[in-house]
Amino acid sequence: MMAEAALLELDRLSTHYVSAQGTRVVRAVDEVSLRVHAGETLGIVGESGSGKSTLALTLLRVLPPAARIVSGRMMFEGEDLVTKTDEEMESIRGKRMAMVLQDPMASLNPLFTIGNQVAEPLRVHEGTPKAKAWERARELLKAVRIPSPEARVRQYPHEMSGGMRQRIVGAIGISCEPRLLIADEPTTSLDLTIQAQYLNLLRDLQKQHNLALIFITHNLGIVAKMCDQLAVMYAGRLVEFGPVSRIFNAPAHPYTRALLSSIPRMTEADQRLTAIEGQPPDLSSLPPGCSFAARCPQAMPQCREAAPPVFEPEAGRTARCWLADPYATAAAPRAVVGAA
Amino acid sequence: MAQTNGSGSVPVLEAVDLTKHFTARRGVFGGDRGTVRAVDGISFKIERGKTLGIVGESGCGKTTTAKLVLGLEDPTGGSIRFDGRNLKTLDSAGRRAYRKSVQAVFQDPYASLNPRMRISAIITEPLVTNESLSRDQVRERVQELLDMVGLPARAADLFPHEFSGGQRQRIAIARALALSPKLIVLDEPVSALDVSIRAQILNLLRDLQERLGLAYLFIAHDLAAVAHMSHEIAVMYLGRIVEVGDAKPLALRPQHPYTEALFSAALPSHPDERRDEIIIAGEVPSPINPPSGCRFHPRCPQAIPRCSEEVPVLRETGGRRAACHLLDDAAAAGSIAAAAPAALAAVPGG
Repeated sequence: MMAEAALLELDRLSTHYVSAQGTRVVRAVDEVSLRVHAGETLGIVGESGSGKSTLALTLLRVLPPAARIVSGRMMFEGEDLVTKTDEEMESIRGKRMAMVLQDPMASLNPLFTIGNQVAEPLRVHEGTPKAKAWERARELLKAVRIPSPEARVRQYPHEMSGGMRQRIVGAIGISCEPRLLIADEPTTSLDLTIQAQYLNLLRDLQKQHNLALIFITHNLGIVAKMCDQLAVMYAGRLVEFGPVSRIFNAPAHPYTRALLSSIPRMTEADQRLTAIEGQPPDLSSLPPGCSFAARCPQAMPQCREAAPPVFEPEAGRTARCWLADPYATAAAPRAVVGAA
Repeated sequence: MAQTNGSGSVPVLEAVDLTKHFTARRGVFGGDRGTVRAVDGISFKIERGKTLGIVGESGCGKTTTAKLVLGLEDPTGGSIRFDGRNLKTLDSAGRRAYRKSVQAVFQDPYASLNPRMRISAIITEPLVTNESLSRDQVRERVQELLDMVGLPARAADLFPHEFSGGQRQRIAIARALALSPKLIVLDEPVSALDVSIRAQILNLLRDLQERLGLAYLFIAHDLAAVAHMSHEIAVMYLGRIVEVGDAKPLALRPQHPYTEALFSAALPSHPDERRDEIIIAGEVPSPINPPSGCRFHPRCPQAIPRCSEEVPVLRETGGRRAACHLLDDAAAAGSIAAAAPAALAAVPGG
């Protein structure tokens, strides 16, 4: 799997928001490098303001006007998406990569029937005749386990439950058999039992179509259940990247470690949670060193002076932390400074 | 840990057969009337200094229960007893005292704080309307409350927009504490917050409970958070409690098939965690026309014919109470959750 070329490879990708006067620059995505292979599931986790949603918008090239991709490459099936024109992107979006958003009502048009909306990408991208596209729409609804698809294609979004709407958005996403499906918080609005149904559905679809999935989420539970690879973002930077079980068992970055120990567990209900004190920094005025240093229990003087580069603590893993520096004398903290 | 029966002590709050039905109008002219059985005869109690967690999916009635406890809705049946006194029999002074003793913290700290008021005014609003205190006393109390929730004294003069989500939730907690309540209803208090902030707020709530002897009614859909915070958990489905008991045993060894399915649908906390997933088909039916018999029977993987005919009642079983026909039956009991010691004392029939 590793030798095979990645389906998507980001190389030092940066997207910044620039204010109208050009005086304020928000480094929403800063030098992010990661890979996704076909059939693989990547989880991108981070808090609000960590840049995970901007990263998703960058992948699809649907950024708001104030945002610019300022540097880096975005290789998708051997082509650099950063250099594509808007017209070229239109033929890629919805066909070779698709996205599922958090709120299905925001992605479905209330004025069109379900059949119309599921058939639309086929008609636009593949020029499928209407009758055939509708036929395919019924098959897709069946594939996402919508009961009696023959009747449902003629109905409108308001006639469906939340779980059904989310599955319909999923059907639209896979209608042109994309290679990559990006899901931005796809289950936050769903009930637990419906969430379990939906996640299992996504996994089945992935197996059938050898889809690569990217989950953008703040929920580490989704990562634990669904993902092979994990990318942890903090203040616009990718602080840790690697296989999920390796990271859960031995996180390399103190932020990842703190995040993992701050979630309540069913089996350890008595223990006090380890809270991460303080707040994430302001992205328009980042501190000179590591942006997590102010909250980091293991911060050293050098952390406040210079931002750590990307280290490779082991093959297939990266971490942006001085503690992961293989040339440092010891991996253990040398001079522990009290957290501010 | 076992504190199911407050031997001797009176629970802070006790709901007996609490019911809330809404009349729903259907059809173009509203002629077709239906009854939404939002909460349908539930009983629970909350002991001093303890937390009762309520879990369930949308439409299960947990929010209506919170509203009933807060006095925002009047029950259509059953009663709520606070400190042993029935709310219905209280005079207006008694009701006022009740409203002071029961406070709430809601999900969204961006919506629950008035953006035009300074923090000091937000926190002291309940004090000013309910108690006659001098200016100095009020100021002193503000400082005390801010200190309790871990905010700096200078926060008093700022406006809500100057705070992050976690800090705003601290402000909402300070406001809830202003009148020294006995019970706080926590309706999804951390689900709008970032993951790294949630632990701060959950820890704060636990510290305050220990320090002030507060009772909590904790409503959330994050099951691990509920298990972490609660002493007892009640699982609701379509307006009824299907299982209630001590938090940890209930979370780890559910007895009712719905509880089992719900907890198995919870996301794992570690990728190596392997467990049997019970995926239940279908969705929660409408509470306007709930299914006959056990309301869970159309989705229940273990339903037997009796389930659609007869309403199961809550019965003592293996140290907790659950409402399921399968648990009545010695033969069936073995097939349910592993640790279901046959509760044979159950009287058949409802």
